[in-house]
Amino acid sequence: MVTALTAILDGPVRMLEGFGRYVLLLGRAFNLPRDLRPRLYLRHLVDQMVHIGVASVPIVALATAFSGGVAAVQALYQLQDPLYPLTLVGTFTQQAVMLELGTLVTAFVLTGRVGARIAAELGTMRVTEQIDALEAMGINSRSYLIVPRVVASVLMFPVLYVLASAVGMLAGAFVADSSQRLTASIYWSGARLFFREYDLVFGIVKSLVFGFIITSVACYKGYYARGGAEGVGQATTESTVVACVFILLADYVCAALFL
Amino acid sequence: MIEVRNLTRSFEGRTVLREVSLEIRPGETLAIIGRSGSGKSVLLKHLIGLLSPDSGDVIVDGESLGSLAYSGLRRVRRKFGVLFQGGALFDSMTAEDNVAFPLRTLTDLTEREIRIRAAECLRVVELPDVGPRRPAELSGGMQKRVALARAIAAGPSYLLYDEPTSGLDPDTSLTIDDLIQRLDDELGVTSVVVSHDMHSVLRVADRVGFIHEGDLRWMGPVDELAGADDPVLSRFIRANEYQIG
Repeated sequence: MVTALTAILDGPVRMLEGFGRYVLLLGRAFNLPRDLRPRLYLRHLVDQMVHIGVASVPIVALATAFSGGVAAVQALYQLQDPLYPLTLVGTFTQQAVMLELGTLVTAFVLTGRVGARIAAELGTMRVTEQIDALEAMGINSRSYLIVPRVVASVLMFPVLYVLASAVGMLAGAFVADSSQRLTASIYWSGARLFFREYDLVFGIVKSLVFGFIITSVACYKGYYARGGAEGVGQATTESTVVACVFILLADYVCAALFL
Repeated sequence: MIEVRNLTRSFEGRTVLREVSLEIRPGETLAIIGRSGSGKSVLLKHLIGLLSPDSGDVIVDGESLGSLAYSGLRRVRRKFGVLFQGGALFDSMTAEDNVAFPLRTLTDLTEREIRIRAAECLRVVELPDVGPRRPAELSGGMQKRVALARAIAAGPSYLLYDEPTSGLDPDTSLTIDDLIQRLDDELGVTSVVVSHDMHSVLRVADRVGFIHEGDLRWMGPVDELAGADDPVLSRFIRANEYQIG
């Protein structure tokens, strides 16, 4: 009986323990040392912004172009009845892209491209004693490794979201125009019809949250990786899975709170 | 001076170090020897607070590591230079940037002064031309020498070596040993060498401590090693195919 209860409770206890370690790690990382050299951190931050933001532009653009195109195709499919005005194709696509696809597709792409890379990078640094080497030099390894990555992600994700939304909308316009059922100008007038600035703000808030989740989870998993190449692989996989779950959860919470 | 007092440490129920006490005297080179998994590297990591003991303490220049806050611990760690077993070079940086890293991060030197100092450290380890190369482009021995250059860059008082010659051919091992001896003489640092390579230990050490299954079984001057009456130590020495005298 006790054994069975222990087995049942083992999972939730481990999850709570993991969450506690995650919060403690971030707390210690963001408790910046007084002897911090801003120039060094700034350089590191700019490097990370390039890695996380600029280098992700092509894949984010590609993914959201297809998502925007699919949203337009589905709108066209659902609006076959002549009673519905075709301006709604633009409206539906705009709403889908700005409220959901722009953030969610970008988040999943970045989880694979950025989160996995960070988890593997820090995991390798852990198992090859590079993190120990930082600590042995008297450097706060948590602050040095985690803060620039998380801050860069939080700064760059909204930029990528705006870009993703623009590309998604453009792809929708191209699909609508190619369908021969409506022109691009009708599509754009529909897109403007129900556009609210609040939608953009909502998307930006979500992208800030997703950016934080992706990099902080990856940093946590990578920082505490153990056991050689296998451990690094496990940390990378866990980082991707956990980030995806938290993104979906945060997506729901944001929608429930702000819409 | 470093004092280790009654240090005990376990991992997942297995005691790796048991009531280990020793002192490391200023200017000496102390070698800690023992089989793989005997707790040598764990002891080394305790000396700079990378691991915390279950009980016992490490005292560096009168400061107890156990009672220091993290900022204090980082200040004490800056007295040390550490050569890790695999070198632990930052693979995203060139050799020169690796050596310059502690200077950029911890000192107020100008970029020009940092570059001069990094070049000087690379010359000390007899690798003046590898500055622009990345760790992946260097052999194992070269990586360790660059890591040694990084360890001495900020002018430490203590140098810790974790298996400095493991995985190296005899000739490269000899080069590393010569470097350790030279750095001890020229920089006047206190060194701790963790190794299971008896040839290397006999070349560099002033005193030797032997750890077996978590216990410090023997401690004494290197020239008394041959006369040690500990059967486990004698077997360890024989297993190294070393013949004293």
